[in-house]
Amino acid sequence: MASSETQTPTEYIQHHLTNLTGNVGGSQVNVDTVLMGWVLGAIVFGILFLISRGVKQDGVPGKAQAFFELLYEFVDTQVKDMFHGNRRWIVAVAFTVFVWILVMNSIKFIPVDLVAVIAHPFAAYWKPVPTADLNTTLAISLSVILLMMVESVKAKGIGGYINELFNAPFHAHNIFAKIVLLPFNFAFQLIELISKPLSLALRLFGNMYAGEVIFLLISLLAAAGIGGVIGGALLHAGWAVFHILVVPLQAFIFMMLTAVYLAMAHEAH
Amino acid sequence: MNLGMTLLLQGIGFAIFLTVVYLYVLPPLANAVEGRRRQIADGLAEAEKGKASLVTAQKEVDKLMAEAKARAADIVAQAEKQRNATIEASKSEAKTAGDREKASAQAEIAQLSVKAKEELRDRVADLAVAGAQRILKREINPQVHSDLLSQLKAEL
Repeated sequence: MASSETQTPTEYIQHHLTNLTGNVGGSQVNVDTVLMGWVLGAIVFGILFLISRGVKQDGVPGKAQAFFELLYEFVDTQVKDMFHGNRRWIVAVAFTVFVWILVMNSIKFIPVDLVAVIAHPFAAYWKPVPTADLNTTLAISLSVILLMMVESVKAKGIGGYINELFNAPFHAHNIFAKIVLLPFNFAFQLIELISKPLSLALRLFGNMYAGEVIFLLISLLAAAGIGGVIGGALLHAGWAVFHILVVPLQAFIFMMLTAVYLAMAHEAH
Repeated sequence: MNLGMTLLLQGIGFAIFLTVVYLYVLPPLANAVEGRRRQIADGLAEAEKGKASLVTAQKEVDKLMAEAKARAADIVAQAEKQRNATIEASKSEAKTAGDREKASAQAEIAQLSVKAKEELRDRVADLAVAGAQRILKREINPQVHSDLLSQLKAEL
């Protein structure tokens, strides 16, 4: 109940789910989403950059190095299982996706009203979890699809890629059948190209947004007196424990699908 | 929900982070992991080699031990044989020595008894002569009757 005494529950929840907006180059921007995403990314990838400068090539690795090696090997193993070839680029994409989404999701562990209390003196609205904003998840998934198309062109050539757009998934052997199947094939490929980023983005966004809403509903219990405060705190803790599973799981699913899409781009249909 | 500029900015952020990861973060990390994997593989191979050489060495030791045992048994057997031979030899030597001693003793005894007989014969002869001399006194001249006396002596 950070903002005002006269809020209805609906207003309270809506308030928490409203982004702080600003104006950049004439367009509306969710300042909180971009700032949180960039700052978190800068922190974690900055740490990774510093560690990678001090990596010991042989001998006993330090604790931080061992931790990030573990993370790297985790991603590398997943990619290795599904893609045979030079996988450095795919591992890099999957690794970046995994780490960034993981830290952005982790902001969920900070209680919603604590964020509101801290942010209130500076901003009217502050929605702290960047992945609970469709902009972030769609940005990453569209980047992944773009990279997938680039990989596909790299693997098959521009002609091969365009050929695949019109001649798969339904294959034909004579020219007449090919022309008949052409619009259907193109329609299917278009659906695939649209559904892939949408499913990636909506899955993560939906999970994070819904989790946020539940947190807010639980926090509403605090309005029901001392019993509500205690019960709400317990429920809040329980839901947060459940999110220890949800947060890395969603990051993992996003990472795995990214790797799968990029690996599949190398295969001819 | 306002899709647009925010999406673009987040996409730019993703591109920057991805570039940093691909160019700077992963190469040294991957190298370190790969290097350690190689090191561990080398170490394991080395250990395997060591184990194999240990087996060979153990075999060698076993062989040497068996050889040494056989030789020791040989030596013991030879010593036994030699000891027996020595005992036999000294036994027979002792026996020959004893026999010889005995023989010489017997010979001496025989000699002595012959000598004693001789002496006795001489004495008896002398006694007989003395007795005869006493009996016969003057009637018998020893020079005259020496033939008779020596005949008597031989008959004793």
